[in-house]
Amino acid sequence: MTHTAHFKVWRGDTDGGDLRDYEVEVNDGEVVLDIIHRLQATQAADLAVRWNCKAGKCGSCSAEVNGRPRLMCMTRMSVFEPDETVTVTPLRAFPVIRDLVTDVSFNYDKARQVPAFVPPKGVPAGEYRMQQVDVERSQEFRKCIECFLCQDTCHVVRDHEENKAAFAGPRFLMRIAELDMHPLDAAADQGLVRAASAQEDHGLGYCNITKCCTEVCPEHIQITDNALIPLKERAIDRKYDPLVWLGSRIRRRKE
Amino acid sequence: MTQVERHAYDVVVVGAGGAGLRAAIEARERGMRTAVICKSLFGKAHTVMAEGGIAASMGNVNSHDSWQVHFRDTMRGGKFLNQWRMAELHAKEAPDRVWELETWGALFDRTEDGRISQRNFGGHEYPRLAHVGDRTGLELIRTLQQKIVSLQQEDFAETGDYEAKLKVFQECTVTRVLKDDERSETGAPPDRRSGGKVAGVFGYVRESGRLFVIDAPAVVLATGGIGKSFKVTSNSWEYTGDGHALALLAGAPLINMEFIQFHPTGMVWPPSVKGILVTESVRGDGGVLRNSDGERFMFGYVPDVFKEKYAQSEEEADGWYTDPDNHRRPPELLPRDEVARAINSEVKAGRGTPHGGVFLDVSTRLPAEEIRRRLPSMHHQFKELADVDITAEAMEVGPTCHYMMGGVDVEPDTAAARGVPGLFAAGEVAGGMHGSNRLGGNSLSDLLVFGRRAGLSAAEYASGLGGTRPAAPEEQIDAAAAEALRPFAAGDSADEGPAENPYTLHQELQQVMNDLVGIIRRGPEMEQALERLAVLRERAQRVGVEGHRQFNPGWHLAVDLRNMLLVSECVARAALERTESRGGHTRDDHPGMDRGWRKVNLVCELTDQAQGADARKEALIGLRQRPTDPIRADLLALFDREELLKYLTDEELDR
Repeated sequence: MTHTAHFKVWRGDTDGGDLRDYEVEVNDGEVVLDIIHRLQATQAADLAVRWNCKAGKCGSCSAEVNGRPRLMCMTRMSVFEPDETVTVTPLRAFPVIRDLVTDVSFNYDKARQVPAFVPPKGVPAGEYRMQQVDVERSQEFRKCIECFLCQDTCHVVRDHEENKAAFAGPRFLMRIAELDMHPLDAAADQGLVRAASAQEDHGLGYCNITKCCTEVCPEHIQITDNALIPLKERAIDRKYDPLVWLGSRIRRRKE
Repeated sequence: MTQVERHAYDVVVVGAGGAGLRAAIEARERGMRTAVICKSLFGKAHTVMAEGGIAASMGNVNSHDSWQVHFRDTMRGGKFLNQWRMAELHAKEAPDRVWELETWGALFDRTEDGRISQRNFGGHEYPRLAHVGDRTGLELIRTLQQKIVSLQQEDFAETGDYEAKLKVFQECTVTRVLKDDERSETGAPPDRRSGGKVAGVFGYVRESGRLFVIDAPAVVLATGGIGKSFKVTSNSWEYTGDGHALALLAGAPLINMEFIQFHPTGMVWPPSVKGILVTESVRGDGGVLRNSDGERFMFGYVPDVFKEKYAQSEEEADGWYTDPDNHRRPPELLPRDEVARAINSEVKAGRGTPHGGVFLDVSTRLPAEEIRRRLPSMHHQFKELADVDITAEAMEVGPTCHYMMGGVDVEPDTAAARGVPGLFAAGEVAGGMHGSNRLGGNSLSDLLVFGRRAGLSAAEYASGLGGTRPAAPEEQIDAAAAEALRPFAAGDSADEGPAENPYTLHQELQQVMNDLVGIIRRGPEMEQALERLAVLRERAQRVGVEGHRQFNPGWHLAVDLRNMLLVSECVARAALERTESRGGHTRDDHPGMDRGWRKVNLVCELTDQAQGADARKEALIGLRQRPTDPIRADLLALFDREELLKYLTDEELDR
């Protein structure tokens, strides 16, 4: 089955741009990315788009389809009515480079600010022992394909450029939760309390758990319920725990 | 003189998949200022698509496993054409490379006693693949990516600059390896750069179109495969044979280019996802293949060399999953080349599915909950892309171009490309390790083992040079710039003919390779393919693009076409020459495996006229036969003489 669809695709660069109209063939079983590729091959050879695996595994082809952040390779054309106009625009939270390609360096900067996994002292490679049930919590977050749809949709930064400096965004707060829940992470031995640092250094407090991030996650990771809320709880617990407070005073005195 | 951005590093790694990142980590840890260049964003490399796992004989699930058994399986899988020393190093070092990942934060699935769990896979005698569900490649890439970030954090703490010693140049394409001016042959054309040492790389920034040169004495190629030359493939757009072509153009030979793995199970429907991989884990975890008559047809396709190792009946095969010591393996777990050919034959015989594949069924084999737990991304992929619930119905699958066994001819221990000092290659772009067919799971372990070795050797080579570093002559840089920008000027001069559309040329190339040099090959068809490739190559000289240099996909494809055409010619020439069937090379007109051919590697090199402008219709690729290295005696002793007789000639065995 083939029909002609009406597409509106944002074309432009850092100096601005607009939505252009295209009439394009659509075949049974195709996804939005197929249509973008058909436009490239037949009508707009220089239409800029990022993509890679075309199977929802690499998180490259993020864009907004009819205003909703989505992976183009996992958005089937059958979800639209044949006479419906399909509008494809670049991710709104990041600066446009060209057409559907945005500058996502914000995310790579934030990734660098999260302290890495700290291997446990005295446990040689090959001797790591962990139970499946204990690794599963962090494994859920490691399903993340870094499509940055959650970063794009999060209202803390979506229309608030001024918050970007202080806020790591759902993806990287989840990274902190992942390390915090890693059964063998030894950051605490180095004096790094990850949950507290999420609050103090990475802007966890900006998040008011509206779950927008969870809704757009193509991997269906429960970002809010399983990562952000537990991280908030642990950050708060520490802050108001009198023993922790006393401990931190004593340690400070020794230094 | 061309205006280019100029950088200087000790080691440049081209490619940021598993092999490239592992090489970069090693080079940086050896104190080298290291640059990584990748066509995609950092962390998006094709390695993320690997599903099944990393093969390493840790023996966590079956303690009988050892490097010797892994070595044996690898050689059998490759039909003994493997570079045996690479297979030995790989089997010995894989466990350390996996364990090391845990110290960098990787979280593999666990056994009951808390160790890394290992799963069964085709061709592996014991459960051997360390895995995370069916998204092992993602875990591998993310772990290496995060290790790179942690090294950058160390550098930041020390210098105040994250990129002081290790920088990722993302969304950049390398179009030439640069060499110094030393020439071994006097009178060679100026652009024929044999004899010189590596001096750096030339490339462009995809985002801006700016040209750049990185001066560096050591270059590691880790660019992956060539699948985008074929129409039906599991490979991403990045797999355009860049490293293969860069090596050839720098004067390095390629070997084993006739061996391409067609993975038996790719999606066949809907058309837009045709070729996307369905992991072998489906079969490792109990999935079975059936034809349209409902028959488990693989029992009819066990070749003689594997007769003793595989079950003869469904009962015996089904018993193996729970009691492997007393049952032989199901034939669905034969090496990939065997299964792919079997599926091809069933479809040809009219026993295929409505969309031209066969059925792969796990829904009647495991409880739905178990399927969702063990195969989450397959469940997700079929649900989202094909409206198929694999817990309730069978999948339709068929062969897809998946992996290039051939590649840069390297020294086994150092990963150094033969003939070009300063050039190294690791991962899919390197040849030899997998012989004529790669076992599933051996790719991720290959990336780690030889990625590390390439990074190490590159670091040693670069520091060994001391202060004297090769420098690329300016005219080489000018020529590289002109070559890269040529598509913008195509069609300008009237006598050249009209400009060609890169997308059209690419589609035609994919069709030629798919139809004429695909899974089943015939001499006359490949001769025809070579003629058509020559025409395409000529048309590619006139490839033209619209628009400007900023993030222009048409231009990017035009540049990549050169590489795909070169590599495709290698494949077709080598495949035509090898008159036998072995592993990933099946000749309809020469169906048998010939022990005489086992002793031969086919070596592809750029011909002298390849660089000349008027030699467009001539062969660019020269082919020669080279004897394989004799396998070391203690390694041969790991096999029964009877088994060896299937592969080795009598005189080889009596030596």
